[in-house]
Amino acid sequence: MSNTRFTVDDLKRILSEGSGEPEGVGLREDTVDTEFTEIGYDSLALLETNSRIEREYGLRLDEELLETTTTPRALIRLVNDQLTSA
Amino acid sequence: MTATVVVTGLGVAAPNGLGAEDYWNAVLRGVSGIDRLTRFDPTPYPATLAGEITGFDASASLPGRLLPQTDRMTQLALVGADCAFADAGVRPAELPEYDMGVVTASSSGGFEFGQNELRNLWAKGNEYVSAYQSFAWFYAVNSGQISIRNGMRGPSGVVVSDQAGGLDAVAQARRQIRKGTPLMMSGGIDASLCPWGWAALITSGRLSTGVDPATAYLPFDGRAAGHVPGEGGALLVLEDAEAALTRAAPHIYGEVAGYGATFDPAPGSGREPGLRAAIERALEDAGTRPAEVDVVFADAAALPELDRVEVEAITAVFGPRGVPVTAPKTTTGRLYSGAAALDLATALLAMRDDVIPPTTGVRLAEDYDIDLVTGAPRLLAPLRTALVLARGQGGFNSAVLVREFRGHRG
Amino acid sequence: MRQVAITGIGVTAPGGVGTKNFWDLLTSGRTATRRISTFDPSPFRSQIAAEVDFDAAAAGLSPQQERRMDRAAQFAVVTALEAVADSGTGFDDVDPHRFGVTIGSAVGATTGLDTEYRTVSDGGRLELVDHRYAVPHLYNYLVPSSFSAEVALAVGAEGPNTVVSTGCTSGLDAVGHAAELIREGSAEVMVAGATDAPISPITVACFDAIKATTPRNDDAEHASRPFDRTRNGFVLGEGCAVFVLEELGRARARGAHVYAVVAGHASRCNAFHMTGLRPDGREMAEAITVALGEAGINPDQVDYVNAHGSGTRQNDRHETAAIKRSLGEHAFRVPVSSIKSMVGHSLGAIGSIEIAASVLAMEHGVVPPTANLTTPDPECDLDYVPITARELRVDTVVSVGSGFGGFQTAMVLTKPGGAR
Repeated sequence: MSNTRFTVDDLKRILSEGSGEPEGVGLREDTVDTEFTEIGYDSLALLETNSRIEREYGLRLDEELLETTTTPRALIRLVNDQLTSA
Repeated sequence: MTATVVVTGLGVAAPNGLGAEDYWNAVLRGVSGIDRLTRFDPTPYPATLAGEITGFDASASLPGRLLPQTDRMTQLALVGADCAFADAGVRPAELPEYDMGVVTASSSGGFEFGQNELRNLWAKGNEYVSAYQSFAWFYAVNSGQISIRNGMRGPSGVVVSDQAGGLDAVAQARRQIRKGTPLMMSGGIDASLCPWGWAALITSGRLSTGVDPATAYLPFDGRAAGHVPGEGGALLVLEDAEAALTRAAPHIYGEVAGYGATFDPAPGSGREPGLRAAIERALEDAGTRPAEVDVVFADAAALPELDRVEVEAITAVFGPRGVPVTAPKTTTGRLYSGAAALDLATALLAMRDDVIPPTTGVRLAEDYDIDLVTGAPRLLAPLRTALVLARGQGGFNSAVLVREFRGHRG
Repeated sequence: MRQVAITGIGVTAPGGVGTKNFWDLLTSGRTATRRISTFDPSPFRSQIAAEVDFDAAAAGLSPQQERRMDRAAQFAVVTALEAVADSGTGFDDVDPHRFGVTIGSAVGATTGLDTEYRTVSDGGRLELVDHRYAVPHLYNYLVPSSFSAEVALAVGAEGPNTVVSTGCTSGLDAVGHAAELIREGSAEVMVAGATDAPISPITVACFDAIKATTPRNDDAEHASRPFDRTRNGFVLGEGCAVFVLEELGRARARGAHVYAVVAGHASRCNAFHMTGLRPDGREMAEAITVALGEAGINPDQVDYVNAHGSGTRQNDRHETAAIKRSLGEHAFRVPVSSIKSMVGHSLGAIGSIEIAASVLAMEHGVVPPTANLTTPDPECDLDYVPITARELRVDTVVSVGSGFGGFQTAMVLTKPGGAR
């Protein structure tokens, strides 16, 4: 059981570090339900981001679940689910 | 089939000037961009000087999302392509998508990006390798990224022939225009100034170990002892002349009139090196006699045996002191796949202004019977025809002849 | 109009060195994919590859050649010499300046660079790498035009010489480039093909990072599954194919065996994404249409499509759409197959290896199968020649390729004398 929580700010930081700042609004509290592609992050950016999350948090994210994870909120939930079950 | 192909836009990134005009002014004034390396500490290495581009801020010109997935050479190339389009007065979004293609030369791909990922791999582990590594380092990256940024869906390509590649790319672009694509972006912009790239360049055996920027790279000089590497190059907008006239292109710098390429015979074969034949093929292709050539931009290896081969090829075709020869790359260093493309841009600027830029810093060795332009620029009006030579390690020889475009403006 | 004949073939591919071994593998439907043997693959997501069992000395390289060349360059020289021998001639009658070389490669000497980096950086510890520990010819790894230079030295070609590096379409584009030089009159004879030897930790790691390669590690033999519903990525391969190309009139005059004519070649960019493909296949379709036009061939005259068929989810869907878009109803009648199911995906080399397969299909009247295609995918609904090679008269082939950077290429090959 871990007390670590994965937040919008964590995701925003990791997206930015690995894949840069998109044009437009990017990730904010009011875009957590918007598809990643709509806020300027393509599939490669997500692969890079997932890999960075795995390294930083010592996780192995489920590949099948990731395939259907298309919004920031869903990704944050997935990471936190795996953190609490770790 | 034999459509006339002209250059209508220049994008230049050089150690002594970002942008064609800054660079051209520096070359004419003999201002060098060569200095001690600053990108990394060169102290452990026998060669310590380079032509570095300073003052380039990729984030000011490119989207934030592109930065983590591009090597420096790609960032320079994307901005160079933007400049070339702007100079040509072309907005790519307004042209039919299949009417534009890209052919670039590469030599070592995005080598610094690759270095950093190799370091991640071996120092930290395979799961630390970037998702962008699969394309950010490879040789095709600049053509791919330029096509994406500008919506260019026509025929594209990438050639690697060491330092001759810049001319081979332009020749391939001309071929595509003659096959029916009205506009091609071509040339090369290169950068591999990182410790890992430096280690590899050292093994070429061709680097100068001089520590004085003013005397480290001296082709055709009795003191010649290797070259200084640099970063940068040029991208050129090439167009079918009819198309350029129809759209009233703001500049027509000149016509890409002739091209020839050969490869040297095996060492020890006793056969003549291929450079002379490359020059003759370029002249023949252009239908130009040697006497019509106003200036030769030399490859300028700065190794005595290679300088001698070049002098002999030039004098065999043009006669002793038969044509002015220059090598302004003494102010930039040799730019690998960017070298010949930058020389081509320089030749076109020389034609525009009727002036031959000097081979800065060089005192011609007495036994070379060529008319090397040294010291100050030489005015030569009209300067109508220029020949650019390029050689690559391993035996590559290429020559491109550019001449004033004599077609009529509509 | 000058035409371009293929008069010599050399192949170095997984499953056996030499053209004969290659064709035996393809027609048997066996696969050459296996667990990686050249380094310990256990830390990696994808641990399988299609490796070439290659012995440089046995293949005729001198110790000096072996030392100064990366594995990919070694493949190229050995394979070029096979092609020249197969063409049945020296080129003494050709002006050496009209005898050139074009070699394709996507990733150059990446395996040599990986090994050398590890050494000079002391396992990644040194940021300022120590050049004194590098092999003396590291520059030849840095700039892969050393590949075409080595081939030129080996075959005595002093004409136009370059490496073509358009990612995974390099093998088609290198041969297309050489054919263009002959057609326009810049060369009479070209030695052209492509080579890659990318099976190294850095390459495996970079494809792991984007999940492009398959993680089907427990079933290496059946891991490359183009057009199959259960496909989940490509299998990395290595290899080389090289051809002798010459002007058709010259080939006929000297009584050469003409395998095929390079009748059309076109390349387009999707200008969309460095690795992504739009599902509609529009630019690949355009390349096919333009190449057919150059060849003067109607879509319904195509007897066989040699597919890119990498076995990634997006590629096979994209390519199926492109074939339908360019060939219309004929797409449902023409056999389409991917030899990557057997020899893996050797990046830049595979385009030339697929040209070899296409030419041999015409030569022998046999279409190689798509191995491992056992579960049809509703999204991939063409005739992919599953499992078993098929006897069929083949006079016209379209071979296609698709690569990172957005490159889409098509080549049209015809039997000498033209299509039916």
